[in-house]
Amino acid sequence: MAEPVLRVENVRRLFDVSKPWLERVIAREKPQFLRAVDEVSFEIRPGETFALVGESGSGKSTVAKMVVGLLPPSAGAVHFSASMGGDRVRPGAIQMIFQDPYASLNPRWRIRDIIAEPMEALNHPADPAARAARVADLLTLVGLSPLDGEKYPHQFSGGQRQRVAIARALSSEPQFLVCDEPTSALDVSVQAQILNLMRDLQERLGLTYLFISHNLAVVRHMAHRIGVMYLGRLVEVQETEALFAAPRHPYTRLLIDAVPDLEQIGRDRVPVQGEVPSPINPPSGCTFHPRCPLAMEICMREVPAFDGSVACHAAKERAMAGGLTLS
Amino acid sequence: MAADGMAMDPVLSVRNLSLEFVTRRGVLRALNEISFDIARGEVLGVVGESGAGKSLTGTAIIGLIDKPGRLSGGEIWLKGQRIDNIGHDGLRKIRGRRIGMIFQDPLTSLNPLFRVGDQIAETILTHMPVSKAEARTRALALLTEVGIPAPESRIDAYPHEFSGGMRQRVVIALALAAEPDLIIADEPTTALDVSVQAQIITLLKRLCRTRGTSVMLITHDMGVIAETADRVAVMYAGRIVEIGPVADVIRHPKHPYATGLMGAIPALGAKVQRLTQITGAMPRLNAIPAGCAFRPRCTVAIGKCAEAVPPLVPVGATSARCWLHDAQVERSTSHG
Amino acid sequence: MADMPSPATPDDGIDRRSAFARFLDSDLFFAFKSSPVAIVSFIVSVVMIGAALLAPVISTQNPFNPAELNLMEGMTKPGTANEFTGKSFVFGTDPQGRDMYSAVLYGTRVSLLVGAASVLFSATIGVFLGLMAGYLGGRTEAVIMRVADIQLSFPAILIALLVFGVARGIIPPAQQEGATLILLIVAIGLSNWAQYARTVRGSTLIEKGKEYVQAARVIGRSPLVIMVRHILPNVMGPVLVIATINLALAIIEEATLSFLGVGMPPTQPSLGTLIRIGQQFLFSGEWWILFFPAMTLVILALAINMLGDWLRDALNPRLQ
Repeated sequence: MAEPVLRVENVRRLFDVSKPWLERVIAREKPQFLRAVDEVSFEIRPGETFALVGESGSGKSTVAKMVVGLLPPSAGAVHFSASMGGDRVRPGAIQMIFQDPYASLNPRWRIRDIIAEPMEALNHPADPAARAARVADLLTLVGLSPLDGEKYPHQFSGGQRQRVAIARALSSEPQFLVCDEPTSALDVSVQAQILNLMRDLQERLGLTYLFISHNLAVVRHMAHRIGVMYLGRLVEVQETEALFAAPRHPYTRLLIDAVPDLEQIGRDRVPVQGEVPSPINPPSGCTFHPRCPLAMEICMREVPAFDGSVACHAAKERAMAGGLTLS
Repeated sequence: MAADGMAMDPVLSVRNLSLEFVTRRGVLRALNEISFDIARGEVLGVVGESGAGKSLTGTAIIGLIDKPGRLSGGEIWLKGQRIDNIGHDGLRKIRGRRIGMIFQDPLTSLNPLFRVGDQIAETILTHMPVSKAEARTRALALLTEVGIPAPESRIDAYPHEFSGGMRQRVVIALALAAEPDLIIADEPTTALDVSVQAQIITLLKRLCRTRGTSVMLITHDMGVIAETADRVAVMYAGRIVEIGPVADVIRHPKHPYATGLMGAIPALGAKVQRLTQITGAMPRLNAIPAGCAFRPRCTVAIGKCAEAVPPLVPVGATSARCWLHDAQVERSTSHG
Repeated sequence: MADMPSPATPDDGIDRRSAFARFLDSDLFFAFKSSPVAIVSFIVSVVMIGAALLAPVISTQNPFNPAELNLMEGMTKPGTANEFTGKSFVFGTDPQGRDMYSAVLYGTRVSLLVGAASVLFSATIGVFLGLMAGYLGGRTEAVIMRVADIQLSFPAILIALLVFGVARGIIPPAQQEGATLILLIVAIGLSNWAQYARTVRGSTLIEKGKEYVQAARVIGRSPLVIMVRHILPNVMGPVLVIATINLALAIIEEATLSFLGVGMPPTQPSLGTLIRIGQQFLFSGEWWILFFPAMTLVILALAINMLGDWLRDALNPRLQ
């Protein structure tokens, strides 16, 4: 197997959610920290799409920010392959596509300047004419017209803006793209266009994706491997087909069952009760135990270790007993 | 069930509803000849992409259209009473009493300064001839019904003390408080996590069945519609382009836009290599093309599509606004 | 729809119209056209600013060149012929025979110059500090914003007096008269920066959270580039509003200082200086020496202030 493009090792990220210093001192409170991400490890292989999926508060976007370097990890490390520049990643080798195409393009800039910005920042190519030519190529590549470079973001629809954002991300010739909910602000028909475009680009340019989404159906369509996150921890990692065919963690099963699906017209079901608890004050042991149908006594005390595929006491027990079915 | 409902008097009947915005650049038609019925106990899903006019339809029915918008035609009937021309005071009596509302953000419906129980009781007192004690008892019963755990202690909590899903349950209780005939739910689950969304959908369906309340469920999520609705109206650029029983519209859509939409949704079941792709995007209000608004994005458009807006014609179990089906109808009638 | 007005531009969607043509079609210009207050205050401001700029051309004399003054023409009432020379003066003359109309023109010029320059000065400082505070955060922010808080708790005029007084103490008396103009600009400018800093910090915090700024950070752009090229253009709207309103306030502030005798000297008078001189004659019946400079100041400040108020409302999406 080829060297992974990215190795995330035991990263943790704390956020200070304490009250302002003076208030805290007066009220004699200790500083409060939120564990947005804890003990998360995974690898991404060249050319694959690895997806992180989870509900709000799962920490998936925080992982994305640590991977691109927008946030430093509080503990643990993110390593890149030698072709990416090793631990000091080559500038421009990673790029990011954001959720909201209405906020990710500077409204005061022309499209051509937006797309050329990474080239300008890296001064590569140094020749302005070469940059202009590349902007035109990139616009064509993402399905826009080279003439569109003269326009401003407000003249475009959400889908077209996301194409511009993709063109910008590609302009520094990255190997690796972090996509943070790239289609969740878009309409379905436009989402299909962007997802198709992203797959085409992956094939043509050999890109590797870290794909963050809350939408299981989208993740299933895009990803080769999927990591499921719950309250800052990775609870399961599997190949896409295996994950959907035989989810090992009860939370994964819950998520898959909860997605309303076109195939199941008028289905009645008994949804799992409860909601994601506040990450400021998470439950003890396995944080999923209050909602888990398989919860045992040990789950309340001990955080289950992640064995490379799943972090669940019950799943481990079943694996030892030889069966994997959960229902 | 839907067919029976049609035979009975519908709870809500919208006929040729049009809505326009008067701007300095001219009059923009945001809704065009919207017609549909909702029977007692029926869930009508209204689906469309942003800008299709689905939320505006709901807002128009409850009479909350702000200037520069105005109804420019059509009628809205609620249980045999015309409600589009009864003025502000008349509408205020209907809102909350006979039509309940659920919005995407529960915090827009709840006053952060009042206890949830008091807010529900207040709604009951405003619309129904009951005592204060009775109103509180009913409020408690409602909170129990919508699945708030330990309602006796939660009734005196403030909205911010509830989680997102619980808040939406409170909003549903509030919408049900005056036992309305119809509930308009505008993206009720969009802001919620998927596991909570499943709970709210289940709750809405159960309430609708046990109480016989009709629901107009406005959402962009076809999956939610598939699980919840009896019938579905697909909107595009201010018009209903297809309406019919939910199974027919999802499995055998007749309008090319509906067909494309169903194919564009990634499914959990079978993995497809490529999603169906509709090129382009919904036109802005000031640039809706002449004829069929979907024509520039349509792969099967014919000459006639550029000339005139197609009528909504019955095609099998559903009705679609497409010249292709109109031509078939003409052919079949001339041959038969 | 067929009855929709079609845009005149070619269909590729690229706006080739000139900036002016685009402005004429903008929502801002439309709001302007439909607001009588805005139109009137705009016309008044433009006429007064234009007259001040053209003072050497449209005045009857250079009121501060003693060679052009005729003592015989002193104290002529407005509109009446002088008893010795037969010349008449619309705004009358002062005891030295100075034409008040010309004096007001030149005075407006000085007032506007001080006002505009001090606004530019305080806006530059305020915007820069506000950007730094908002984008860099932490200790930088704490220091800048506390200084701004302290500054805002004192009346602007007091701070201007303080700056002015200190500077006077430092500068040798021989150079003081020449430096007064610069001193006034700096003093008034320094007394007004905090408001810009606060506003810009607030807008910067909002812009900083937007994804286009994160995108620039992922690319590896420096904080300076992000602040100047990305955030600055997006926070200038409110700055424009404050600057317009502050122009009126700065003109009044300058007039106050000059009226108190710490501003422009009588050899290079602003409207405030003219008012100070004029009030000495108020009780002896020569009302016009005070009246015309004072009216000019009131109308100028009012027109600019109303324009600023309108601009604030027009640019505020919540009020539309």
